[in-house]
Amino acid sequence: MTPEKTKEVELQATVLRLLGDIAPEADLTSLNPVLSIRDQLDIDSMDFLNFVIALDKELHIAVPETDYTKIATLDGCVAYCLQRLEHV
Amino acid sequence: MANFVMPKLGADMNMGRLLSWSKNIGDRIERGEIIAEVHTDKADIEIESFISGVIEKYLIEPGEEVPIGTVIAIIRKDGEVTTTNETPVEIAAAPTVAPDLSKRETMTETVRLHISPVAKKLAAELGIDPTQVKGTGPGGRITREDIENAAKTKTEKPAPDRQTGMRQIIAAAMARAKREIPHYYLRTTIDLKRALDWLAQENEKRSVADRLLYGVLLIKAVAMALREVPELNATWENEQVNPKPSINVGIAISLRQGGLIAPALLDADKKSLDELMQKFRDMVQRARAGRSRSSELSDATITITNLGEQGVEEVFGIIYPPQVALVGFGKIVERPWAVNGMLGVRPIITATLSADHRVSDGHRGGLFLSALDRLLQEPENL
Amino acid sequence: MTYREAIRAAMRNALQHDPRVFLMGEDVDQYGGAFAVSRGLREEFGAERVRDTPLSESAFVGAGIGAALGGMRPIVEVMTVNFSLLALDQIVNNAATLRHMSGGQFSIPLVVRMATGGGRQLAAQHSHSWEGWYAHVPGIKVLTPATVQDAYGMVLAALADPDPVFIFEHATLYPMEGEFDDSSGAADISKAVIRRVGGDVSLITYGGSLGKCLQAAEALAKEDIAAEVIDLRILRPLDIQTILASIRKTHRAVIVDEAWRTGSFAAEISAQIMEQAFDELDAPVARVCSAEVPMPYAKHLEDAALPQVAAIVNTVQGMM
Repeated sequence: MTPEKTKEVELQATVLRLLGDIAPEADLTSLNPVLSIRDQLDIDSMDFLNFVIALDKELHIAVPETDYTKIATLDGCVAYCLQRLEHV
Repeated sequence: MANFVMPKLGADMNMGRLLSWSKNIGDRIERGEIIAEVHTDKADIEIESFISGVIEKYLIEPGEEVPIGTVIAIIRKDGEVTTTNETPVEIAAAPTVAPDLSKRETMTETVRLHISPVAKKLAAELGIDPTQVKGTGPGGRITREDIENAAKTKTEKPAPDRQTGMRQIIAAAMARAKREIPHYYLRTTIDLKRALDWLAQENEKRSVADRLLYGVLLIKAVAMALREVPELNATWENEQVNPKPSINVGIAISLRQGGLIAPALLDADKKSLDELMQKFRDMVQRARAGRSRSSELSDATITITNLGEQGVEEVFGIIYPPQVALVGFGKIVERPWAVNGMLGVRPIITATLSADHRVSDGHRGGLFLSALDRLLQEPENL
Repeated sequence: MTYREAIRAAMRNALQHDPRVFLMGEDVDQYGGAFAVSRGLREEFGAERVRDTPLSESAFVGAGIGAALGGMRPIVEVMTVNFSLLALDQIVNNAATLRHMSGGQFSIPLVVRMATGGGRQLAAQHSHSWEGWYAHVPGIKVLTPATVQDAYGMVLAALADPDPVFIFEHATLYPMEGEFDDSSGAADISKAVIRRVGGDVSLITYGGSLGKCLQAAEALAKEDIAAEVIDLRILRPLDIQTILASIRKTHRAVIVDEAWRTGSFAAEISAQIMEQAFDELDAPVARVCSAEVPMPYAKHLEDAALPQVAAIVNTVQGMM
């Protein structure tokens, strides 16, 4: 695995864990990475805000509201985080 | 001495089962501190003391189920010494019915469980509700093994009884509302452009953890509008209206495993947006973890339901008795909108009011919705 | 070696090693005792130390108390427990009290042995189990050896004790063969003993009922019920801790005692369990005791009146 790929796999695991904390009842293994997280996990704006807060705490990525659409899917969220971490 | 009674934690609650005491006998308790955890069909609820003092005595044990209004603890108020022949003052965490002691005897009789001592102890340790366990011992006694098996099943599938219980509660409350309350419904569309622009600016300045949700603006605006039309902030009990001095806004929170719960933000009109946001977040988290507090569940004076998250544009809600009004919000949609002779695209939300015609009339309801609209146009003043 | 021989061996040992020890009782010398426990001792130790007494329990138990006060180590054999009632005044009012009433100046190192229990078709006047009554009285110790080893060791332990000790020998045990280590010396007379380990129910018993409980445990094991069998060994002072520890494991208790249940020692054990282990119980404490009738003579009626293996098994099954 390339270092980039390793990093991506790690990030995905982190994102899934944070989602799991917010929606403990949800089955994350069946999450489709290209579809809306909110629709699939039935999470509302409060849950989503808690997810954004968790991203900030865990990865020190403060997602502005204008970027919320970019982290709407699992793949999108991982890609967004990768990009943000590179440009620190 | 003050008697602490089993509080009424919802219009349909008749009995409460004590899960645990949070303090030991002799401990000090401050007003607002959690004294006990009580199980109702709807949730496990933390009960707050409405008096400061020292716990003198507990009258029931964890696992016991008693009718609301039953004295469950005695608290020695500050400055009192222990005496025996004082007449205790009734206190409660919520409005209660007068305790009918003769009735208590018969009711405790009927709920007396056939359970072995060790099974009872184990049930308390494992958090198993023994009334939901079928006894397989001699004469149907619930044995240690029955509790162990129940604990195994419990970990296998998460609490199906809670679900059923909550469904029954919702069914009873909603059926009562539709049976007894002559609802009238009003609807208005509100331009949220100013509110959302203000919010976006505001949130840009804030750290992630301090961001506001637009829902908080709606809550605050509803609370402020109620000051102008106070008859919607009331309850209908014993064939008469009881105006409520504080504005406690119940928020319908859907639970992921099904069902809903509507804990209240107390004194919502007096709280800043930041305070409301913080309480709101805390309350949603605890509600979803099954940890609502007694005052939150018993004291709501009006309810807001926001189905916009689910994508619907309007909701005509059913009032939660004994409240007399419910405010619904739909999804924010972009629509063509004419302002001052100019057509533009604006974010629009549909607000609805379901109100009890025994208490208010459409005219007053209309004033409420227009006040709501006006308040949301001045978000900086909320 | 038999239970009877073990007691005899212990007494012989004591007679050999301690000149203060002597045995007295009805028919203990030429006849060798009603249950042949002392057979041969008269020949070995002479009429001075193995003495016949008149048929007066009050007199010879009182004489034993006097001898003990005077520095001797008497072993008094009362033929059977029912006759001991004639000596109750000496036992309860003198033997049990004098250390206390003399402020500790007098001690009564007396050993009284007697046969107890039913099951031998001796009918209503010779089948009692009064050891529970004696256990009511502070100031004396009550031993109930149920094994050959205890039969030996408890006699020596009783002789070593500075206070009156009463040994109740279930008469059906005398011919019982068992393991025996004659180098073991005096037995520990402070602890009950778990004779069989199990996790589902505690069978609490002593003396003549121990064998029945072990058989019942064997039968229950075939049904996958693991019974723990506790041999109390000493009724006073009662080792309640061993009972409680067992109940904390099994959560069920059955007390098996040949005495009648009303006002019985089984009732006392039951009460102490309620007082100290209520929260551990998964079922009410059960008792298997004798039917509340004067013991019948007819074999089938006596069998029906006494606790039997089947009754113990049924009681346990009914608790599960």
